[in-house]
Amino acid sequence: MTDAETALLLARLQFAFTVSFHFIFPAFSIGLASYLAVLEGLWLKTGKDAYLNLFRYWLKIFAVTFAMGVVSGIVMSYQFGTNWSVFSDRAGPVIGPLMAYEVLTAFFLEAGFLGVMLFGMNRVGRGLHFTATLMVAIGTAISAFWILSVNSWMQTPVGWAYNEVGQFVPAGSWLDIIFNPSFPYRLVHTVIAAYLTTALVVGGVGAWHLLGRRDTPEVRKMFSMAMWMLALVAPVQVFVGDLHGLNTLEHQPAKVMAMEGHYQSHPDGAPLILFGIPDSDAQTMRWSVEIPKLSSLILKHDLNAPLAGLDTVPREDQPPVGIVFWSFRIMVGMGVLMLTLGLVSLLARTRRKLYDWRWLHRFALVMGPAGFVAVIAGWVTTEVGRQPWVIYGLLRTADAVSPIATPAVTGSLIAFVIVYFTCFAAGTWYILKLMSHAPAEGESDVEKEGPIRTAGITPAPSVER
Amino acid sequence: MIDLTVIWAVIIAVAVAMYVLMDGFDLGIGILFPGFRVGKERDQAMNAIAPVWDGNETWLVLGGGGLLAAFPLAYAIILPALYAPLIAMLLGLVFRGVAFEFRWRDPAHRRYWDAAFCLGSLVATFAQGITLGALLQGITIEGRAYAGSWWEWLSGFSLLTGFALVVAYALLGAAWLIWKTEGQLHDDARRYATWLLPAFLLVVGAVSLATPFLEEQYHQRWFQWPGLLVTAIMPLLFGGIALTAWEGIRRGRDWLPFAAALGLFALTLIGLGISIWPDVIPGRVTIWEAAAPYSSQLFMLVGAAVLVPVILAYTAWAYWVFRGKVGEEGYH
Repeated sequence: MTDAETALLLARLQFAFTVSFHFIFPAFSIGLASYLAVLEGLWLKTGKDAYLNLFRYWLKIFAVTFAMGVVSGIVMSYQFGTNWSVFSDRAGPVIGPLMAYEVLTAFFLEAGFLGVMLFGMNRVGRGLHFTATLMVAIGTAISAFWILSVNSWMQTPVGWAYNEVGQFVPAGSWLDIIFNPSFPYRLVHTVIAAYLTTALVVGGVGAWHLLGRRDTPEVRKMFSMAMWMLALVAPVQVFVGDLHGLNTLEHQPAKVMAMEGHYQSHPDGAPLILFGIPDSDAQTMRWSVEIPKLSSLILKHDLNAPLAGLDTVPREDQPPVGIVFWSFRIMVGMGVLMLTLGLVSLLARTRRKLYDWRWLHRFALVMGPAGFVAVIAGWVTTEVGRQPWVIYGLLRTADAVSPIATPAVTGSLIAFVIVYFTCFAAGTWYILKLMSHAPAEGESDVEKEGPIRTAGITPAPSVER
Repeated sequence: MIDLTVIWAVIIAVAVAMYVLMDGFDLGIGILFPGFRVGKERDQAMNAIAPVWDGNETWLVLGGGGLLAAFPLAYAIILPALYAPLIAMLLGLVFRGVAFEFRWRDPAHRRYWDAAFCLGSLVATFAQGITLGALLQGITIEGRAYAGSWWEWLSGFSLLTGFALVVAYALLGAAWLIWKTEGQLHDDARRYATWLLPAFLLVVGAVSLATPFLEEQYHQRWFQWPGLLVTAIMPLLFGGIALTAWEGIRRGRDWLPFAAALGLFALTLIGLGISIWPDVIPGRVTIWEAAAPYSSQLFMLVGAAVLVPVILAYTAWAYWVFRGKVGEEGYH
């Protein structure tokens, strides 16, 4: 490997590491912000204390999650320039404004109202406080809108032209750029994924307390709400995921070939490869377990439709099949399990056994982190699957990297790994501690908690409690 | 026709200035943190900034994002050139950002998170100062890319600006605490400020004296007519505000030191602007050379014109909600 290749590989590793770590937090906080808005809204509407107690309980967890999302997100806004300066220079005129809109419409909104949401319950009226909660929730959704528009434009670039120095510049309507062909599918798929992730966490925490015989009304309420969410939304996600896949087949066929593990073209109906060991050197799938013609049925809705394989794509333009093939299967596997959990909860509900079937609670507990696994696997699929391009078909990842020295990028990668594992491991630990007590009657408020509370504005109890 | 490039240069300059003024005081409190007694004094210092730090840091994201959008070439050159200090700044911000939440969560390890809060603030500030110094002293460019080594930013001058910014933010932080707190912490903040103000004047003076000799452009700007006029007026204005600040710290109203410190910062930033204008990378790339195309600038300007006033309004509201002294008992 040459020095430049090493620097490129390290830059890619660094971006993959920082962005994966970052996305864990928004994947949870997008859904959690909405859940908090629903809880506070229900409390204001019904006046039932259970909703307020749940709101206060999850608000503390939200505070820790959000702080980690913010700091890991600030890192991302600089990664583009530090590690991918050629990309920044050339794509800046198109993606820059979209990211500026994200800051102006989303980040300020979240940050401006977060303080009031966390600490302001007794400083402003209930209505204003609810508005602040809503604004934070809306802010997280707007943020997803813009950043996914940027990502989608890089996957399906439209509405651009080259200028005299080789930059991508907007040509025609900004609406075409924002609503580029893959954006609607990616947006809906990702936001639903965030909601499912939150539902699984809430359900997992509820299940944990049900298993521990701490079934307060609050615990029952949140477990039930989470299971409704799963039962209703998981099937929608399967449908949306299918549409997203068909969109990808249209615009990035090589990615779907890698997901399906189709090295060879199939002129009369392609099989669905359930499992196998991809061998890209030999351009063949080893030990594969296949269902004949099913892939053509899923992708073309026709058993005998011809489906092209990677043999139609030059080797230098192929994505790494092994990673994409497996990450896709992990995501789908998680999806199937979520669907199953949702259906089983419906069955339990109709039998009035939702709070009694202990194996259901065990299942829900184990599935608690499944959303995170699924979203990371999904992003690996779409991001590795679009390689070797950073702007699909137009700019190669290898040509987009900054002129940075190997020691600099090595040192920074090591520093990121150490700092992230230290800080975010601690944060995760605190979140688990917060989750370990059940939400109950008189759930602690920001203002009324023991000696530590009076000294601070801390929205959460200390872990020693 | 109105030159959108100039408008965008002003917007980004304002965003950077907003960032420096707003995150400046909360980073400064981080720098001073070990000087506060463990317990109520530290808790109170933390409470004085907890509801607003996140909003303050958003201006940094706007500065970075805005630079990418309006001057992509500058973003693509500056960030690789300042690779090490910027990464250090980001990691510092990670540490101090999570410390806000974690220190409350974990009393057994609170002193570690307090240390992380202080060190993170210190590293982030020092790195920002180095960034400023490295930009002022000039960076090596070939074609459309940075072409220097990865330690080119390191020099006596950039270390000086790094140190200067640490002192400057500490002064802002102390002035904020004089305004927002009472009791022991308030008195301590006044005491620190009496040391920090002279130190601030000293380091700003040193940087101001060194800057004109870095580049011919700065020299001409400041020592030829009509710049000479500004050169004559600036120290007078600066001295006047500094005296006001001194009076405020000694015995004035509680808000006066912070207001005066903001004035000193504003003057310093205006001075920097005079040195740099109309470059986006000092002495190397002008704002017009780095500018994004007209349609990108226009599209963003529509949004900024509508949204920035709204942002300022609800940011002001958030500050208003948490107005008044923090007190030793938190927000009630």
